[in-house]
Amino acid sequence: MTGAWLNRILHAVLWISVVFFSHPLLAKNLYGNSSLNLPVGVTHMSREVYSLHMIIFWICVVIAVVVFGVMFWSLVRYRKSKGARAAHFHENTWVELLWTAIPLIILVLMAIPATATLQKIYDTSEAEMDVMITGHQWRWHYEYLGQDVSFFSNLSTPPEQISGAEQKGENYLLEVDQPLVLPVDTKVRLLLTSNDVIHSWWVPQLAVKKDAIPGFVNENWTKIDEPGIYRGQCTELCGRLHGFMPITVKAVSKEDYQLWLSEQKQQAAEKAAGNEREWTLADLMTQGESVYNTYCAACHMVNGQGIPPAFPALAGSLVASTAEGRATHIERVLYGKSGTAMAAFGSTLSAADIAAVITYERNAFGNNTGDIIQPAEIKKQLKPTE
Amino acid sequence: MNSLSLRTQQQGIRRTLWWLLLMLCGSVAFTVALVPLYDVFCELTGINGKGVNSAQVLQSTGIDQQRNVEVQMVTRTAAGMNWHFSATLSHKAVHPGEIHQMWFRMQNLGRTTGRARAVPSISPAEASNYFLKLECFCFNDQQLAAGEVLEVPVVFQIRSDLPEDLHRLTLAYTLYPQTGP
Amino acid sequence: MTSNSYSSATEHAHEPQLRGLKRWLLTTNHKEIGTLYLIFSLTMFFIGGTMALVIRAELFQPGLQLVQPEFFNQMTTMHGLIMVFGAVMPAFVGLANWMVPLQIGAPDMALPRLNNFSFWLLPLAFSLLLSSLFMEGGGPNFGWTFYAPLSTTYAPPSTNFFILSIHLAGISSILGAINIIATILNMRTPAMKLMDMPLFVWTWLITAFLLLAVMPVLAGVVTMMLLDINFGTSFFNAAGGGDPVLFQHLFWFFGHPEVYIMILPAFGIASMIVPAFARKRLFGYRSMVYATASIAILSFVVWAHHMFTVGLPLAAQLFFMYATMLIAVPTGVKVFNWVATLFHGSISFEVPMLFTLAFIVQFTIGGLSGVMLAIVPADYQYHDTYFVVAHFHYVLVPGAVFAIIAGVYYWLPKWTGYYPDETLGRWHFWLSVIGVNLTFFPMHFSGLAGMPRRIPDYALQFADFNLLSSLGGFLFGLSQLLLVWVVVRCVRGGKPAPDNPWEGAEGLEWTVPSPAPLHTFSTPPEFIPERDSPSRA
Repeated sequence: MTGAWLNRILHAVLWISVVFFSHPLLAKNLYGNSSLNLPVGVTHMSREVYSLHMIIFWICVVIAVVVFGVMFWSLVRYRKSKGARAAHFHENTWVELLWTAIPLIILVLMAIPATATLQKIYDTSEAEMDVMITGHQWRWHYEYLGQDVSFFSNLSTPPEQISGAEQKGENYLLEVDQPLVLPVDTKVRLLLTSNDVIHSWWVPQLAVKKDAIPGFVNENWTKIDEPGIYRGQCTELCGRLHGFMPITVKAVSKEDYQLWLSEQKQQAAEKAAGNEREWTLADLMTQGESVYNTYCAACHMVNGQGIPPAFPALAGSLVASTAEGRATHIERVLYGKSGTAMAAFGSTLSAADIAAVITYERNAFGNNTGDIIQPAEIKKQLKPTE
Repeated sequence: MNSLSLRTQQQGIRRTLWWLLLMLCGSVAFTVALVPLYDVFCELTGINGKGVNSAQVLQSTGIDQQRNVEVQMVTRTAAGMNWHFSATLSHKAVHPGEIHQMWFRMQNLGRTTGRARAVPSISPAEASNYFLKLECFCFNDQQLAAGEVLEVPVVFQIRSDLPEDLHRLTLAYTLYPQTGP
Repeated sequence: MTSNSYSSATEHAHEPQLRGLKRWLLTTNHKEIGTLYLIFSLTMFFIGGTMALVIRAELFQPGLQLVQPEFFNQMTTMHGLIMVFGAVMPAFVGLANWMVPLQIGAPDMALPRLNNFSFWLLPLAFSLLLSSLFMEGGGPNFGWTFYAPLSTTYAPPSTNFFILSIHLAGISSILGAINIIATILNMRTPAMKLMDMPLFVWTWLITAFLLLAVMPVLAGVVTMMLLDINFGTSFFNAAGGGDPVLFQHLFWFFGHPEVYIMILPAFGIASMIVPAFARKRLFGYRSMVYATASIAILSFVVWAHHMFTVGLPLAAQLFFMYATMLIAVPTGVKVFNWVATLFHGSISFEVPMLFTLAFIVQFTIGGLSGVMLAIVPADYQYHDTYFVVAHFHYVLVPGAVFAIIAGVYYWLPKWTGYYPDETLGRWHFWLSVIGVNLTFFPMHFSGLAGMPRRIPDYALQFADFNLLSSLGGFLFGLSQLLLVWVVVRCVRGGKPAPDNPWEGAEGLEWTVPSPAPLHTFSTPPEFIPERDSPSRA
């Protein structure tokens, strides 16, 4: 164990010395996918942001070298122990004016490229497609506007890896069950909002970071150049599992994207078929447990005990374990609860999944109500009358 | 220091205290004023994309037939809202200056009467100043009995001086449950 | 010295001395209250520091080992609140209490009883805040910036106590600020003009005005939270027509001046110590005063640079970017002035000077990363990552905290009558410098590599940097025990200090005996402005 730490310390020290002694681009070439600096990214904007970052970084380095150089030289040169005698000057209008003016000029030089880049970032015109991104405690929801495709994107790292019972995988905490799939060479407008608290959607490789604010819609855009998988995280503290709601963007060719879209629609149709048939208790319980562990266990815990008072227990609760609670139970899962982390799942999960998870909750954790909720009942409840 | 200068000093302290208290009252008053100031500022600049929450006056600046602006409708329901809420049209191409009407449909799927308010948000926020709502269901709460259906309109005009670089506006409504009076 | 009593301070001298607890509870003496503030601040520094070590221990390696995410969030929140409102601010108020009257030749603060009251509000406020950790649902868990609606609709039930404690701490700050302004403006020894005041007094005067202007805003924000939580209003609740972004505007309208409240007095301390150990007059006294004032004024128009990602219109982003960059100019002037003071001096390296030099270097590093953060497009990549954590810790820990420690070493001989142990002080200095840089320098890299702040667990590529930060954090935290040891030893004894223990130090505080008697300057002292002083002419 100590050996591994030592190794990592050495590794980190090595990295740090690299940044001190070489240009980061060089470092990137030496070390492949360096994680010492901002990623250059895969969009025109991200490259522009990267070069802006590097310009400012080097200006700051030069300023630091000059200021600290004079300072340390003075410290060494004018030591009292070496017999230095203090001079008596204590002001000089010209010098003072000069070192007010020079920083001002440097700042103006920095502001010019920054302004130009910012203007480009704000130009959302001529987007070819729109994706609505909604932050939930603690998962992202993506909706392809006008395409009738929408889904949740959940952390897929198994809890065993987090607790340390299993070896951590390569993309530990940065992997999801269903990534946001986007076509390359396409200007995509991203609309952001939130279901509960403020979240922030960040993918470093795209240089896109924007807050998702409840009740408000923000927008941003991206145009990815290279197919690949780009990972990011929520960057605004959003409660308990803020560190556990990653973002994965999968950029594919335009043809593959169309293929993926039709697959999604087909899958939706298959899911819909599941909504039509009668389910057995055993099937509902199996399906329900998997849905529960993905969507509910983060708050209500795997054993249904919750974390009161913020996240109430389901085991033995009025809503989940009594006959009177049945209707409320269904409503809560379908529509959520106002002012709490309990989100509405009615418009985003299939009727079969909802039926299964409610059935599971009413029969697991010692609730043993024996209730079976069929997808048909959920469908009926969700369907507006014509 | 004699007692005379001591008295001058005490008077000075008292005078300073009055000034400081006055300043403090100033900053308290400023704090209280910040919220309405923010609202006014937002209405003037559209900084938060909310737009105005009362009917606005039609602008007769002529219709710009050359320009097409796409207005996109997004409907959302907040947690705890057991209503169905949708726009009849998901998007519509309009010429700046024209007056348009869009319909939204809501239905209470719950078992009891409920009340809700639609909170609008326009994106990009800069556009909210050019999006005039002559009539909107979002100005008031809506109350629906169990199962009841309501179709409500938004009558709007996009000002013809809409900045050239805006081609698409998103009008999002989030339906929030309302309790209390 | 005439013996006629003319101030409350000298009247007290005739009263029988209270003993024990009652003496400290009821004291109106600026030196005793200053000591109370400093002890309180040190206690809070260790409590907040322990929380930081809980955080660093959990982040030592990937995975959840020691604490659950909800407790982790309470730790990050409490660490921030306690360090800002409980450690750094009271430390500066404590130094002001001790030194401002001594530096301007006043017998005490202008309002001694109010002074006592504003101190005793603090232990009350912070016991309330700390007790919320043990309440149902835990303590505040929404970050020290407590953004709505996480801190309102979704907050734990203890939030009302959090609000109350912020109110109490805020009232304490406002009263303290009023007292300091009244003292500085009215009780200077007659010959001391405003432009003769030591810079520590100047920076505190400006800080006190900042406090007076923005603490009511903080009080307003938490009051609105209280109303939203308990009385159904919707200031920050979108469901009722409110705006969560309004919270951020209000908070940062307070919050940005607040960060200068925590750094301006540090500038003052550095401006006292650098000339003392360079044995040379401070370069550009006037421009120092003007720079401090411009920083204070600019601090009111830059708040939205904390909010570049909330979706402000382009024009607003540009305005706040330019205004923020502008702050670099007066800040740069300060650094250049310090360097120019060193230039052609006669420099010795006693412990206060070491801490001050480290302050200048590391504050400048924090300032430069601040310029990077001002650039909006780049800030999109830095915002809410460990790069920001590195930035503000560089400004606050090796910045403000080092300046406070430097001030403590500098004035300890005056307070206790003994020199602090030089060897132990040097150990404390070097361990702190190594610890602090080992903690916070790698955070720049973990931030650039993409690690968001306020997360209890992280992806594997951040592991190396977090390991270093954790090691550094423990080194820094533990080495602060040396500070306690140095102070305790110095109170008990050591090498006796003369009235002016530092060869090059100037100022009225060095004309009174060491240790300073309880009552000083019952008669306004003679004062020769530094410009006429023979030793520094």
